[in-house]
Amino acid sequence: MTDSSTVQNASVDFKPYVNVARTIGGGVVMLILTFIGLTAITFIIGRIMPNDPVVAIVGDRASKEVYEAMYFQLGLDKPIWQQYLIFLNNVLHGDFGNSVMTTRPVIEDIKRFFPATLELATIATLVGIIIGIPAGVLAAVRQGKLIDHFVRIVGLLGHSIPIFWLGMVALLVFYAKLDWVAGPGRIDFFYDGIVEPFTGVILIDAALERQWDVFHNALSHVILPASMLAIYSLAYIARMTRSFMLDQLNQEYVLTARVKGLNEGAVIWHHAFRNVLVQLITIIGLTYASLLEGSVLTETVFAWPGIGQYITNSLFNADMNAVIGGTLVVGLSFVFINMLSDILYRIVDPRAK
Amino acid sequence: MKITSSFMKASLAAVLATSVAFPAFAETPKDTFVIARNTADAITLDPAECFEFTGGRIVANLYERLFLFEPDNLTKLVGGIAESYEFSDDGKVITVKLRPGLTFHSGNPVTAQDVAYSLGRAVKLDKTPAFIIKQIGWTADNVDEAVVAVDDQTVQINILADMSPALVLNLLSSGVASIVDMKEVQKHEVDGDMGYAWLKDHSAGSGPYKLKTWKANELVMLDAFSDYRHGEPEMKRVVIRHVAEPSAQRLLLEKGDVDAAMELTADQLKGLAGNSDVSAEQYPKGYLMYMATNMDHPVLSKPEVREALNYIVDYDGMVGSILDGQYKIHQNFWPSGMWAASTDNPYNQNMEKAKSLIADAGIEPGTKITIDTLNKSPFKEVAQSIQASLNEVGIDSEIILSDGKTLWPKYRARKHELIVARWGPDYSDPHSNADAFAHNPDNRFEAKLTGKLTWRNAWSADGLTELTNQAAAESDPEKRASIYAELQQKVREDSPFTIMFQAIGTFGQRANVDGFVNGVTSDQAYYRTVTK
Repeated sequence: MTDSSTVQNASVDFKPYVNVARTIGGGVVMLILTFIGLTAITFIIGRIMPNDPVVAIVGDRASKEVYEAMYFQLGLDKPIWQQYLIFLNNVLHGDFGNSVMTTRPVIEDIKRFFPATLELATIATLVGIIIGIPAGVLAAVRQGKLIDHFVRIVGLLGHSIPIFWLGMVALLVFYAKLDWVAGPGRIDFFYDGIVEPFTGVILIDAALERQWDVFHNALSHVILPASMLAIYSLAYIARMTRSFMLDQLNQEYVLTARVKGLNEGAVIWHHAFRNVLVQLITIIGLTYASLLEGSVLTETVFAWPGIGQYITNSLFNADMNAVIGGTLVVGLSFVFINMLSDILYRIVDPRAK
Repeated sequence: MKITSSFMKASLAAVLATSVAFPAFAETPKDTFVIARNTADAITLDPAECFEFTGGRIVANLYERLFLFEPDNLTKLVGGIAESYEFSDDGKVITVKLRPGLTFHSGNPVTAQDVAYSLGRAVKLDKTPAFIIKQIGWTADNVDEAVVAVDDQTVQINILADMSPALVLNLLSSGVASIVDMKEVQKHEVDGDMGYAWLKDHSAGSGPYKLKTWKANELVMLDAFSDYRHGEPEMKRVVIRHVAEPSAQRLLLEKGDVDAAMELTADQLKGLAGNSDVSAEQYPKGYLMYMATNMDHPVLSKPEVREALNYIVDYDGMVGSILDGQYKIHQNFWPSGMWAASTDNPYNQNMEKAKSLIADAGIEPGTKITIDTLNKSPFKEVAQSIQASLNEVGIDSEIILSDGKTLWPKYRARKHELIVARWGPDYSDPHSNADAFAHNPDNRFEAKLTGKLTWRNAWSADGLTELTNQAAAESDPEKRASIYAELQQKVREDSPFTIMFQAIGTFGQRANVDGFVNGVTSDQAYYRTVTK
């Protein structure tokens, strides 16, 4: 008792530190749980699928001897729980194994494919925020007017047009007919390998090395696929902003503010908008995270070497190391973005302080 | 309103910023050949392991073999690294003289030791394609005595199986028998792996191209080899871009961002007809589409039912519609365009005949069976057509569509009933397909001869197995050809197989591209003859 009372009587207030530690600790626990859950589920699904990972490697013509050699090499003769523990142990040592498809360590593949997706998703989300939020606010403020209908129609279209169709049409118009942008692919092959992959995001790497030709080429390639994804994120963000804003604008405090004679800009941005910000952060975080999963259709249409295509191809080829590695990265980025959203709430929401 | 007008300005600026016109590079460099292709199947470029279409084509340009086919005559086997050869009187030993003065990409000379090392390496690594040369009787234990470097320029090849030397030459023309640079490979050996880890994504050959980069699912770059024995190729660089979507391939081709697009659909090729900048090319493919019955099945194994199946297929109807431009009628197990291939196609759709055969077999109307096939075009459409015809003769069928990774294990476990599938030769000798369609030394389930279609369909191939052995051992080419003719006829008339179609390859290329040769097998893809 004496010891603890001494501590309590000390003048230092530990509370904020405890809170921070709790946040970090909670994050770490969540990370561990996510990790175990993700690996267990993907691993088990991978093993009970009728896909045969051995045939995926040796081909369907392989003789019995070749087949069996690979079967034992992959450790498939052991019970599934033992296979899982071996796998988990390897992963904890930073070894995700090799991908069947690319023959390289999965971690190397992810280093190459994830930045490509990150590049697309980040641009798309930024465009979504820059255009989507003002458009949503505007639509709410001028509810029922022409601009409102326009935003709502765009919102609906962005949500319902199949992206592979839109992508093909965009390619046909802007690449094939108008010649404004470069075609499918991430960069033209004659620019390939000029910049060192420092971050893996070509735009950043090229800018760092001041290789403006490469930058220009990469930008020209990224615009179209990023716009496709941006239409999706923009539509969603605009729709949600509009409905959140409508909720707020009908509140009495807005009426009070207007009665007090505040100018419309202050009413909208300072009072109403600040109240929808927390909800918006959630929406933006979710949009960004779902884009980071990689959009298989966009990546296929635009021959974009991203994580979505990688995971899907791996699934088709029963390449389970790659599937699990890819899924983990996507899972972790969800966790990370959630934590980031949490931190942002604390900044923008006075009640959370 | 103030806010809205400033928002308008901001959004206008944003729209302008994203719509800045970028000049596109509408032409590939003069000395570079750019191909759009779905390369998702490529998993290795080690010739001892590579057995995929994309990889096979690349390996064929990185390495040379003792014997190979030159692009000017794809049915005549000639010396590659070999300058001349001699058979011993008993036909059991081949003595090969190498061409003098050949070098590998590294600058090392091509010697008999490299040949012995390469063939030994393929047998000892024992990866999927190793069976091709192991048929010669070679094993990890005896291959070092079977393939011997007599001196720097002479190799002695001992045939340990009952096999004609002519067949052995054909086997040695396959990708797995590529000659690798021993010194270079040994430099990268790790724990006695004979360079296995390194060669997956590096090259050490003497072919017209060397591997510069391979980024899986992105691109493959090859650089011309200046000391190549036919002279340095005109295309100094070959780039194979991974483009999975055929419509994206078409756009790239029409824009001139690629010189050839390999996976255009029949519709897209028709769509290109009006464009004088591009042309559609055809080449023969070795793929056969066939239907097979599991001989363990009580109904499908009846001889009358199997004969009836030959008559229910709407050959002309399918070739004229769903298979238009992709397949032609071919009813023999060895594809046309190859040596000793039979071109007799005696069967036409004849529902009356099929009905009477089914009645003879005493099959009850409403009998139920399943049809397994791949979940992709045109397999599912072909299966549907067969389903409709079966229905007419009183057999109800259910189609089960699956991905190859699911279907092949099922097939290899004999769990199918009727299957519509495909088969392509592994090397350029009729023995390749005879071995699959007409040879089964042990039909027991435990034997697990899963590489043979006869075994997969539980068919013992009585009489044909011996005939296939006889053909393989025959050294007189004329006699060999006549045995293969007999084998093809017998499989056509009485076997679990109804071979229906042979694939036709189509691709699009720019009008200025010339000399891009594609043969029946993956080994026959030539980039070095391309000019622009």
